[in-house]
Amino acid sequence: MQHTLEPLLRTQKFFAGLDPDHLSLIAGCASTVVFPTDGFLFREGDPANTFFLIRKGKVALEIAAAGRGAGALVIQTLGEGEVAGFSWLIEPHHWEFDGRAIERVLAVKMDGTCLRGKCEDDPRLGYELMRRFAGLTATRLQATRLQLLDVYGHAHDR
Amino acid sequence: MRTIADGLEREPREAARTQAPWIEPASWQVTETRLEAPGVVTLGLTPDEPFEFLPGQFNMLYVPGIGEVPISISGDPASTTRVLHTIRDVGPVTAALCKKQPGQQVGVRGPYGTSWPVAAAEGGDLVIVAGGIGLPPLRPALYQALSNRDRFGRVVLLYGARTPDDLLFPDELSAWRARFDLDVYVTVDAAARAWRGDVGVVPELVKRAPFDPAQTTAFLVGPEIMMRFTVRALRAAGVGDDRMYLSMERNMQCAVAMCGHCQLGPFLVCRDGPVFSYRQLARWLSIREV
Repeated sequence: MQHTLEPLLRTQKFFAGLDPDHLSLIAGCASTVVFPTDGFLFREGDPANTFFLIRKGKVALEIAAAGRGAGALVIQTLGEGEVAGFSWLIEPHHWEFDGRAIERVLAVKMDGTCLRGKCEDDPRLGYELMRRFAGLTATRLQATRLQLLDVYGHAHDR
Repeated sequence: MRTIADGLEREPREAARTQAPWIEPASWQVTETRLEAPGVVTLGLTPDEPFEFLPGQFNMLYVPGIGEVPISISGDPASTTRVLHTIRDVGPVTAALCKKQPGQQVGVRGPYGTSWPVAAAEGGDLVIVAGGIGLPPLRPALYQALSNRDRFGRVVLLYGARTPDDLLFPDELSAWRARFDLDVYVTVDAAARAWRGDVGVVPELVKRAPFDPAQTTAFLVGPEIMMRFTVRALRAAGVGDDRMYLSMERNMQCAVAMCGHCQLGPFLVCRDGPVFSYRQLARWLSIREV
């Protein structure tokens, strides 16, 4: 009997409410992966043909910054139930940051090339995934704006 | 004269002294000082007689010749002889306070203001959300909840700061994290690689925290922008407007509703606050001129 990750994907918040047929298609592009502490899920500049659903553990999105913070600054951390990576969906499909496991990470790795092909073949699936990733991108953008505001700066003068 | 505020539903207050009159500052002795983070100092003050306050209330601290500032009480309400104030150095008065040494005196009048409705939160989950220097005004509420731990469901602390070095009470945070009956989530806006904790904004922590929104009371203190976005996240999670409480900060000068400097819409923060329910404040929070 062929092993499928469909039951596992069904428990992931990101795929909640997805059409079962679409979930079945997506499961065909999924595999499970484990990263040790300090292992890299992806590196800045590398081709981005995957994304990850974090099942357990924590991932830091980092950017190399010579001379600052031991050579890298952490931009954001992602945890259980969160998605790491949307560069697979956006040309030119290169990772914009490093993704490093700051503790042991169990994840579902999604093959982006496989998924892009299925999205081309089934525009409904393509729209549904795009809608979910657009929501994710908007949420991350909003959080980034809030970070940029440096809200904990001094507000008084007394 | 009837004000707009009179027409709004007043929240039940735990504070018995919200209309406290102006009083001559008493001289309290500084008995301990502690550097919590760069530019943030906790002063331990000893009053002449036992001092009672409710979580969320503040005192006016006075440095002769320099001025007076409102500072939230950051210690345990059960301690009536050792009163803690955590102060960030942001101007002449706070700078003078941060430089105080044991044996010196500080003028104190208070306590003033409304308090966190800790007792009203009993029976459900309590989510405490602090940003930056917002943790000290919430710490007394956390102490009170932890001292009556069996009366609550989950107790959750969500705390954000600018960087790991800016986190207040790090030893206590570690101790709280080690407890099985308290969920602590800490995040910072920016960090170097050595930091193993979360990086991101406080509202994002709401999604990760375990609580039952239908039975949750939330207390929030931090920059107003942070509180507004956290309120959105809590509302999205299902927490009701009347179960969210915010501590507001305005230019408080007199603390006895005389001068009007701390007006926030129809409210005077020193008299009607600093703790308000979100339902009270909702319409005023996003008005630029307010």
